[in-house]
Amino acid sequence: MKTTDTSSYQHFLKVVDCQHACPAHTPVPEYIRLIAEKRYTAAYMINWESNVFPGVLGRVCDRPCEPACRRSRVEEKPVAICRLKRVAADNKEDIHPYLPKVPTEKNGKRIALIGAGPASLTVARDLLPLGYDIVLFERDPKAGGMMRSQIPAFRLPETVLDEELNYILNMGVESHFGEDISSLSNLLKSGFDAVFVGTGAPNGRWLTIPGHDQVNCDGSTSVDTGINWLSNVTFGHNDSAPKRVVVLGGGNTAMDCCRTAKRLGATEVTVLVRSSFAAMKASPWEKEDAQAEGISIKANYTPIEYVLEAGKFVGVNFEQVTSVYDESGKRTLSNTGATLFVACDLVLVAVGQDTAFPWIERDIGLRFNKWQQPALNKATLQSSLEQVFFGGDAAYGPKNIITAVANGHQAAISIDIFCQGKNAETDRPESAFNLISQKMGIHDWSYDSNIDHQARNLVPHISWEEAVKTLNTEVELGFDEKLALEEAQRCLNCDVHTVFNESTCIECSACEDVCPTDCISFVDAGNEENSEAVNDQHILSQLKVTELNPEQELFVSAPLKTGHLMIKDEDVCLHCGLCAERCPTGAWDMKKLLLDNIAATIK
Amino acid sequence: MSFQKSKFHHPRLPVNDLGLNYRDYEGALSTLCAGCGHDSITSAIVQACFELSLPPHQVAKMSGIGCSSKAPNYFLNKAHGFNTVHGRMPSVTTGANLANRELTYLAMSGDGDSASIGLGQFAHVVRRQLNMLYMVANNGVYGLTKGQLAATADRGMKNKVGEQSLFTDIDLCVMALQLGATFVARSFSGDKKQLVPLIKAAISHQGFAFIDIISPCVTFNNHPDSTRSYDYVHQHITTAAVTDFVPVKQEITSDCAAGICEDICLHDGSLMRIHKLQPDYETKNAMKAIVDIETHKKKGEILTGLFYLDANGEHYHEINNTTDTPLNKLTQDDLCPGSRVLSGINDSFR
Ligand SMILES: Cc1cc2nc3c(=O)[nH]c(=O)nc-3n(C[C@H](O)[C@H](O)[C@H](O)COP(=O)(O)OP(=O)(O)OC[C@H]3O[C@@H](n4cnc5c(N)ncnc54)[C@H](O)[C@@H]3O)c2cc1C
Ligand SMILES: Cc1ncc(C[n+]2csc(CCOP(=O)(O)OP(=O)(O)O)c2C)c(N)n1
Ligand code: SF4
Ligand code: SF4
Ligand code: SF4
Ligand SMILES: [Mg+2]
Repeated sequence: MKTTDTSSYQHFLKVVDCQHACPAHTPVPEYIRLIAEKRYTAAYMINWESNVFPGVLGRVCDRPCEPACRRSRVEEKPVAICRLKRVAADNKEDIHPYLPKVPTEKNGKRIALIGAGPASLTVARDLLPLGYDIVLFERDPKAGGMMRSQIPAFRLPETVLDEELNYILNMGVESHFGEDISSLSNLLKSGFDAVFVGTGAPNGRWLTIPGHDQVNCDGSTSVDTGINWLSNVTFGHNDSAPKRVVVLGGGNTAMDCCRTAKRLGATEVTVLVRSSFAAMKASPWEKEDAQAEGISIKANYTPIEYVLEAGKFVGVNFEQVTSVYDESGKRTLSNTGATLFVACDLVLVAVGQDTAFPWIERDIGLRFNKWQQPALNKATLQSSLEQVFFGGDAAYGPKNIITAVANGHQAAISIDIFCQGKNAETDRPESAFNLISQKMGIHDWSYDSNIDHQARNLVPHISWEEAVKTLNTEVELGFDEKLALEEAQRCLNCDVHTVFNESTCIECSACEDVCPTDCISFVDAGNEENSEAVNDQHILSQLKVTELNPEQELFVSAPLKTGHLMIKDEDVCLHCGLCAERCPTGAWDMKKLLLDNIAATIK
Repeated sequence: MSFQKSKFHHPRLPVNDLGLNYRDYEGALSTLCAGCGHDSITSAIVQACFELSLPPHQVAKMSGIGCSSKAPNYFLNKAHGFNTVHGRMPSVTTGANLANRELTYLAMSGDGDSASIGLGQFAHVVRRQLNMLYMVANNGVYGLTKGQLAATADRGMKNKVGEQSLFTDIDLCVMALQLGATFVARSFSGDKKQLVPLIKAAISHQGFAFIDIISPCVTFNNHPDSTRSYDYVHQHITTAAVTDFVPVKQEITSDCAAGICEDICLHDGSLMRIHKLQPDYETKNAMKAIVDIETHKKKGEILTGLFYLDANGEHYHEINNTTDTPLNKLTQDDLCPGSRVLSGINDSFR
C-alpha cells in the first residue's frame, strides 16, 4: 500500500467530511467552534468568506454537508450544520468593519456579469476587492436570481436576502436591473475584458401529454410551470390560488409550489409524483414540512392526460406505476393498470428546468455540446470563447445555491488569471496549508476533545396552522442560544487531525488499544516477493474492523522500526485525541488544518 | 485530559453469542502511564473474554498490588473483583474459588507482587492446582513504586537510575513448570496475535493456567540498558509455536499436518492448534520446556509461546473431592441435615 501523501492538503481536507462535501469547502467545524464560544460575528465571517450568503444558506441550503457528516456514522443523525449557520447569521453584530476593502483605484479591467443570481454575485464579491470594475445585467427588477424569484419568503425572508445581497451590491457593482441581454455578440463588442454567464436555468419544463395543446386556450391559466407561477407570486402578479391545485413532480420546486398554493387559498392541494415516496428528489425536510402543512403527497402516479370537458379544463388523469430497479440501480416504471382522475382547477408542472441560450449566437466561436450546453473546461469554467466563463445553473443545469457560489469562486479565480494574460488552468494557484498543533499541556488540547453523546436537536417552528395562513411569515424560528450551544457540542472537530510521526513511534500499541472506534491498526506489511495486490489484501485483512466507506481513504504510514505499518481508518475517527493522550512518545499530535486559499481548493 | 472514552463505537463491530460487542467487556479508562504494556494486556483480555462470550458477571477479577494489579479496573467492569493486598492475591483467590467454583477466576499480578513479596503464595497456589488463570505482567521492575528492580530482572540488567541487578533472576514460568502447573505459557503484551488465543485457551483450561506476559514499563524500564524495553523485546523475541484457539462450536477446517502441527483437546471440547516453529518443540514435556527456556535465555533470546499443557490434569476441587455444588450454594439443610441423618451415620459405625 502506498504511503499516504501528506505533502498537500488533499488527504486532510477529505477527512473533514462536511467541509469536503460542501461545494465551497466552508470550514464547518471552525465556525461551529466559534458558535460554541458565542463568537457569532466571527462564525458568520468564516461563512461569508466561503459561501457568501450565510443567512440565506443557513435557511435554505441543500446541505450536502449533512449526509456526509461523520456523526451519522457513529450515531443516528448528523450535526445540524445548516441550522447552526443561521445561528451565526441571526446573532452576529454589524459586519461592515470586517468586509473587504474595495480599492478606489481600479485595475482597469471591466467584467460583465449576466444574471444577478448567487453565481454572478459571488464573482462580483471576489473580484471587486481586487480592483475590477463589475457591470451586472439582470432582466428582473431586483437582484437575487432564483433565491428571490423562486424560493418562497416563508422559507427565506426578503430582509435576510436583501441584507446579504446589499453587502455585495454596495461594494460598487454597476447594476443594470431590468436589462435583458439578448445578444452575447453585441455585449462582447462593448469592450469587456471578460464575461461571466450566470443566467441560471430559467425555463420550466412542460409535460406534453394529450390535452397539453388545448389547455389555457380559453385565456385562463389552468396549467402553468411551477417556476413561472412562483416568480409571478414573488413579483406580485399573482396573489391567489384556486381551491383545488395539483402539483406534478417530486422535487423541491414541487414542495414550494404546493406550500405556496396552500397559503394563497387553495384548500385541496395534492402533489402527485411518478417515483416512490422515498425516491422523491425533494429534501426529506421539505417533504416533512409539506405534509405537516396538510398537503397530500401521492407517490407512484404518472400523469397521462389533461382532461377537458366542453373545452374547459377539469382535471388530470393518472396511471398508477411501480418503480422497478435493475441490478445497476436503474429505474423503470411499470404499469399497475390502475388509473386515477384528479379533478382540479390549476396544475403546476414542476418536473424540471432547462437552461436557455437563445441569446448566444452560435457563430461567435462559443461551442455547445450535444445537449445544447456550453462546452466548458471543468477546472476553470472557461468556454471555448476564452473571455467567456460560466457558472451556477447555467453551467451544468439546475443544481443549488451553494454550487452556484462554488462555481462563482472558481470562475473568479479563472477570470483574474485570464485578465493577467495567463492560462486559467495551468497558472491556477493552489492553496497552501498548515497543520497547527492543538497541544496546550501534557494532555490538554485547545479544542474541546470531549465527545458529547446528545441526539440532534429539532429546530423550533411556528405552529403548522399559523404557517399556512400567511404567505411571507418564516416558518422556522431557528435555534435559540441554548439549543445552538447544545447542538454545537455535537460537532466532532473533524478538522483537528490526528497527525502521526513514524520516527517517534515505539510500537507500544497504546493508541490502537484505546481508540474507541477501532481506527488504528498496526499491521504486517506482507512480503516483498508478493504482488502488491496480495500484500494489500494481507494488510486489509488485519484491520481491526473492515472499512465502512472505501471513499474515505485509509491513512497508510511509512514502515515503522519493525517494518510494520500503521493504518488509520479515517472514516469513523471521533477526533477525541485519546490516541495522542495515550501515546508515550508524542508520535500522535492533534493538529488543526488551516487552508490559506479555500477558493483555490474548489476543483 | 480525557477521563472517559466515548461510548460511540465502530458501526461494524461484531457481536458475540451473548449479543455483546468487545466494548461491553471494557472497564474504566486506564490511569496507567501512556504506553504501559499492561494496557495492551488489558485489551487482550477484553478481546479474549468477548470472543469466548463469557458472561461478565460470571467472572471474578483478582489482583494484588502494583500497576499491573490495578489493571483489572480497566477491563470487565461488570465482573466481580477483589484488589487484595500485596502478594496475597493467591490466598484470597483460593478462598473465593473454594466458596464458588463456578466463577471464572482471572488473576492479574505483577512480577513484584508474585516473584518478590508474594513468591510463597505463588508457589503454593501452583502446587494447589487452583482452577484459575494467573497472569503476571512482567516488566522487570516495581512500576508503582517508581522502578526498583524486580526479582525477575535479568541478572546484570540496569534500571533507569543505573542500579544493577546483582542476583539471579527468578523465572516464574520455570517455577510454575516445576511446581506442577498444567498450562504454562509466556507471551508479550505487544503481540496480541499470540496473546489472545493463549488467554482464551487458558480460560477454557480446567486447572491452574499460568501466563507470564512481558510487559514493558514505559516510564521506568524502557531505556537502552533494559532487557524489557519495547525495542529490546521486539528485537530478541523468538516464538516456539504459534497457537490458535478453536472454540467448541467452530468447525475445524484444515488438516493438521503431522510433525509441524498438533491439536490438543481441552476439557470443554475446544481445541488448541499448535503450529510448531521450532522443530523439536513439544507440549507435554515440562522438563524439556524448562531446558528450552533456559537455553534461549543464555543466547539472549526471549522464548515465547505455550510451553506446557496437560489438558487432563486434576485441579484443586478434584484433588480434594469437594462437592460439585459450589459451597456458597449449600443451604443450612445441606450442611446440617439434622439428627435423623446423624443417627443414620452413627448407626453405620455400629
Ligand atoms: C422553486 C425552487 C426552489 C429552490 N429552492 C432551493 C433551495 O431551497 N436551496 C437551494 O440551494 N437551491 C434552491 N433552488 C435552486 C437555486 O435557486 C438555484 O440553483 C440557484 O439560484 C442558481 O443560481 P444561479 O446564480 O446559477 O442562477 P439564478 O439564481 O437562476 O439566477 C439567474 C439570473 O439570471 C437572470 N437572467 C437569465 N437570463 C438572462 C438574460 N439573458 N439577461 C439578463 N438576465 C438574465 C435571471 O433573471 C436570474 O435572475 C430552488 C430552485 C427553484 C426553482
Ligand atoms: C505489604 C506491602 N509492601 C510494599 C508495598 C509497596 N509496593 C506497592 S506496589 C509494589 C511493587 C509492585 O511491583 P509489581 O508487582 O511488579 O507491579 P508493577 O507496578 O511493576 O506492575 C510495592 C513494593 C505495598 N503496597 N504493600
Ligand atoms: S482521535 Fe485517535 S483515539 Fe480518538 S477516535 Fe480518532 S484515532 Fe481513535
Ligand atoms: S501510542 Fe504512540 S508510540 Fe505507541 S504505538 Fe501508538 S503511536 Fe506508537
Ligand atoms: S510506572 Fe510503568 S508499569 Fe506503572 S503504569 Fe507506568 S509504565 Fe506501567
Ligand atoms: Mg512489575
